[in-house]
Amino acid sequence: MAPLLEVRNLTVAFDTPSGTVHAVNDVSYSLEEGETLGIVGESGSGKSVHALSMVGLIASPPGRIVRGEVIFNGRNLLALSPRELFDLRGKEIGFVFQDPMTSLNPVLTIERQIAEPLRRHFGMSAGQARARVVELLELVGIPDAARRARQYPHEFSGGMRQRVMIAIGISCNPKLLIADEATTALDVTVQAQILDLVRDLKRKIGTTVIWITHDMGVVAGLADTVQVMYGGRIMERGPVRSVFRDPRSAYTWGLLKSLPHGGKRGVNRLYQIPGNPPDLTQEPVGDPFAPRNPFATERCLIETPPLLDAADSVPGHKIAAWYDLRAELARMEGRP
Amino acid sequence: MTDAPMDAPMNAPLVSVSRLSKHYGGERRLIGGTVPLLKAVNNVSFDIAPGETLGLVGESGSGKSTTGRVLLQLEAPTDGDILYKGENITGLSKPALKSYRRDMQIIFQDPYASLNPRMTVGEFVAEPLDVHGLAGSRSERQDRVASLFSKVGLDPSFMKRYPHEFSGGQRQRVSIARAIALNPAFIVADEPITALDVSIQAQIVNLFQDLQDELGLTYLFIAHDLSMIRYLCHRVAVMLRGRIVEIGPCEAIFENPQHPYTRALLSAIPVPDPDIERNRRPIAFDVNANLPPEEAVLRPVGHGHFVLGV
Repeated sequence: MAPLLEVRNLTVAFDTPSGTVHAVNDVSYSLEEGETLGIVGESGSGKSVHALSMVGLIASPPGRIVRGEVIFNGRNLLALSPRELFDLRGKEIGFVFQDPMTSLNPVLTIERQIAEPLRRHFGMSAGQARARVVELLELVGIPDAARRARQYPHEFSGGMRQRVMIAIGISCNPKLLIADEATTALDVTVQAQILDLVRDLKRKIGTTVIWITHDMGVVAGLADTVQVMYGGRIMERGPVRSVFRDPRSAYTWGLLKSLPHGGKRGVNRLYQIPGNPPDLTQEPVGDPFAPRNPFATERCLIETPPLLDAADSVPGHKIAAWYDLRAELARMEGRP
Repeated sequence: MTDAPMDAPMNAPLVSVSRLSKHYGGERRLIGGTVPLLKAVNNVSFDIAPGETLGLVGESGSGKSTTGRVLLQLEAPTDGDILYKGENITGLSKPALKSYRRDMQIIFQDPYASLNPRMTVGEFVAEPLDVHGLAGSRSERQDRVASLFSKVGLDPSFMKRYPHEFSGGQRQRVSIARAIALNPAFIVADEPITALDVSIQAQIVNLFQDLQDELGLTYLFIAHDLSMIRYLCHRVAVMLRGRIVEIGPCEAIFENPQHPYTRALLSAIPVPDPDIERNRRPIAFDVNANLPPEEAVLRPVGHGHFVLGV
């Protein structure tokens, strides 16, 4: 069966006064129906921009899709007209963004906002839409849904607003739900509830999910597949357990190692990745992590490594690296 | 009301906060009624020993940042006392506070908003020296700034550059250089790593520890990331709706949390391990249904470990 989503060589740039920002560089991957893909990366990794550009949500200018194809359910999204993309967003691909404070309209009731895509995409009557809104609010765990539906965003707490955002995201039963740092602005206890809700929804309705975050912990609990991005490229990708247990990219390894892992004060120093994030206005040459990578070779600085199957790992575990991390780590620890 | 919990101090506390409160609202409106009263900080007491790091954790709206700001007299407390080296500095006039200001500094969360975009980073770091008349000659001032840059891991040749030329981690290093420019004894760090990239956070956490070892600094470290708190702090205080619900040595709080809110908070931290994370069951805690009663006080449950209860 063809994958639900196939991204091929997606390259996105922004033309800014200080030069061209190479935000996404030659990103290719595919996503199967029902799969949950966790995309991790920090600011400037291209994780959000690549997702937004797939559905025509980057401002152009300054944004520009340099090349690539995004095949979703048999159609190339990058070839669709703005009108066709408008019809697709919300209906076939649902979104949940980071900030529930600014993504909801403060002067409309929650009901109006959830009903809007239902009426637009399915031509539901007001009564039908109302019934569906209550059903959705119950699904995302908002108590007293019928009454709450008539309230305004300011009457909801941050966690409850994010539940509303998820209700809007899934309202049209999209084939794909893209969540971009959807729990980052929330308190940890609320985040835990939202993550539980997403796991529960996946069980109930089987949505395919792309979960974009910078938090390795969130990905560990939610994703089937992890994709680690840096400097606009995929550095490593694979089944979540393989990537966490046996990382092959020095960036993934460094990220995991720099987390405190329940470490206590004074026991040992936290591992730190040296250097600073890449300057994306530089023409992308070589491995973007090379300047910060203690294991980088000459070749890493001049030639971009392709994303290939990792040796001796499970199917689907891929890395883009010229160096052999396992050999380097063994040497570092003095093993043969 | 018990007094400030002590952790068997070897020496007198550097900072001592006693029954500190900060309320907002409550005034009469011009046309009838009163502005709703918010007790952002409500009867909070703690001590920090010299060279110690006290972590202050809690969720948004718990009052942790307000506590830090009131502690440094950036806002006037509604009630309570702040003692610095045994001197009560609450409500001192601005000129009287000036010498204390040298000793007590703050580092903010957002390194993008807290740097002046029109000032070179060198000038920004030198500004406190000028304000306190410690700059000396031009070359002395220059040398001092250069040594501060080296101390925080920045190349002194960056002094002439502007903030926009720096990454978030470098900007936070600039803020730290400015904060230590006057050789302070005490620094309030208000979520200093929250806005930074994951790959940079460890660098800044290590820098905080190195500076403490080198300069003997005392920190109040405000954060919502509990895993970093455990790594950095000697003791932790957990805040909920303006009150400290639990305070104690790091080990006691993490290994033997007593307050249901502390337990819920600890259970909610995502663990970067797929096997652990998939089986983690967060403990639910409904804040509104479990607000600490006004009459509750901190009661000892272990060595230096106190929990709010009635």
